[in-house]
Amino acid sequence: MSGGPIKIIVPTGSLGAGALEEEVRYGLAQGAHAIATDAGSTDSGAAYLALGISKNNRGSVKRDLKILMKAGAEAGIPLIIGTSGQAGGDKNLDWTRDIALEVAAELGISPRIALLYSEQDKQTLKALNAQGRITPLAPVGPLDDATIDACDHIVAAMGPEPYMAALQAGADIILGGRTTDTAVLACFALLHGAPAGPSWHAGKVAECGAQCTVYRDRGSGVLISIDQGGFEVEPLTQSNRCDPESVSAHMLYENSDPFRLTEPGGVLDVTDAAYVPVDDRTVRVTGSVWEPKPYTMKLEGAAASRFQTVMLIGIQDPDVMARVDEFHDKMLGALYHRVHSTIGEAAGDFHISLRMYGWNAVSGDKPPVGTPPPREIGVLFVATADTQEMASQIAKACNPYFFHFPLSMDKELPSYGFAFTPADIDRGPVYEFKLNHVVHVDDPMALVRTEWIDLQKVEAA
Amino acid sequence: MTTVNDACHHVRSKNAGPYWVTFDLFFKDAEMFGRYADSPALGPQLIADLFGADPSLVKRFAVPSLNVVKISYARSSPQGGVVERDMHCGQQFVRLLDVELDGHAPS
Repeated sequence: MSGGPIKIIVPTGSLGAGALEEEVRYGLAQGAHAIATDAGSTDSGAAYLALGISKNNRGSVKRDLKILMKAGAEAGIPLIIGTSGQAGGDKNLDWTRDIALEVAAELGISPRIALLYSEQDKQTLKALNAQGRITPLAPVGPLDDATIDACDHIVAAMGPEPYMAALQAGADIILGGRTTDTAVLACFALLHGAPAGPSWHAGKVAECGAQCTVYRDRGSGVLISIDQGGFEVEPLTQSNRCDPESVSAHMLYENSDPFRLTEPGGVLDVTDAAYVPVDDRTVRVTGSVWEPKPYTMKLEGAAASRFQTVMLIGIQDPDVMARVDEFHDKMLGALYHRVHSTIGEAAGDFHISLRMYGWNAVSGDKPPVGTPPPREIGVLFVATADTQEMASQIAKACNPYFFHFPLSMDKELPSYGFAFTPADIDRGPVYEFKLNHVVHVDDPMALVRTEWIDLQKVEAA
Repeated sequence: MTTVNDACHHVRSKNAGPYWVTFDLFFKDAEMFGRYADSPALGPQLIADLFGADPSLVKRFAVPSLNVVKISYARSSPQGGVVERDMHCGQQFVRLLDVELDGHAPS
């Protein structure tokens, strides 16, 4: 790097979202030293961690990996991927590893691949918890063994250190388990002596790729250049631009605090950061501060819990449209009564909700008096019970009431619009996050396992 | 009376992890921001009333460089639970739009 800025291509906000070959070429032409991207998020819910599956489909991830692995191999620079396979659990990482191996074979390249696993064993966590090394974050309380046992998979979000160690050991490709988005993008610069404040802040700004640009529909990624005094960010597509507002506003995104971001080993504080245009498409940022703190890793745990069966109807009947809230309350009461009278105590601690799409399904609040009637609504029936069989039985018991419930008894029974037969759909388990805790460790590597696949040695053997 | 919708050019909501929701209120200009950034009408009790939040777990920040007020709260049930209606919380901002900013804190 010989004293100049450290340049990182961030090709996309999430591996599989659509890296662009011409953008990566532009980044390489600017002298990029590494390619780094995150491959996941908790955003889409707990199912991906609980099941160890990816949200992005295999073809999309393979397509992006092919573009990035080819570019990395041709330029001789490392490719760094964090939170593999959406959730960064061991199964998610192995799924990504297998795609990478397939791509390497197709490209005829022989990279040294480091795999960083951060899924946690329950006994280890119980022992750490007993030592007082696991503490809660608001709004949850202290952790107990039962909650640990309830999780299907638990990961600890890594910081940059395991990545820096793998880079030092000569990795061409790093596929990481659950990692903070920022750490994935900051690790290379931190390893090569860039100051911590700008390295972390650049990572935060670039975590969603072109999200920090003015025209988010133009292109996918950005180039970050980190030096001793700050960092610069520019879009990888020439017709796109960053301005101080687009860059600074990204600190707001998906953060509960716009100024301070807690990371493993410290807090990024951007309260005094200054954002200045360098030219019409590049922004320079100075004044980012890193406050070292005791090292913590955030734990994420996910589990399948109770089961749901759903049914859907459409209603246009003007009498119902004029009295949607009354209809909702009457029908819900009738459905509960129906389950109590037909299944009884065997139904257990079941739950039914009716979501009136076109009226108030998103909030569940009663609309203000005087809200005009809708033209039609869709009603989603959701039954939740301890087993899939019971959720299904509850839906079947409710079926005739749900499809034919009259607003008033003096008319013939209506039939509402349903589109499928059978009309009840077993939806499977409810996947929930169970943990909002951090684990305090002395060594950033203590809860991380690094494995290597050296394709050069595989070939030689 | 001026509502959030009148005073802002953009209002959005999103998850901030599975246990928190965050709102960004982008005010139209520095004058609007200056007038309403500290409005008692946007206090913790509003978020408690609208979203069932614990008022002690509501955070509020003024970001003058962007004319933004950010409000974050801990969800009463975590993302993806049995009663989930908005997995990303991307529609939660709508309930803020009609809040009257000249008013007092809700009681």
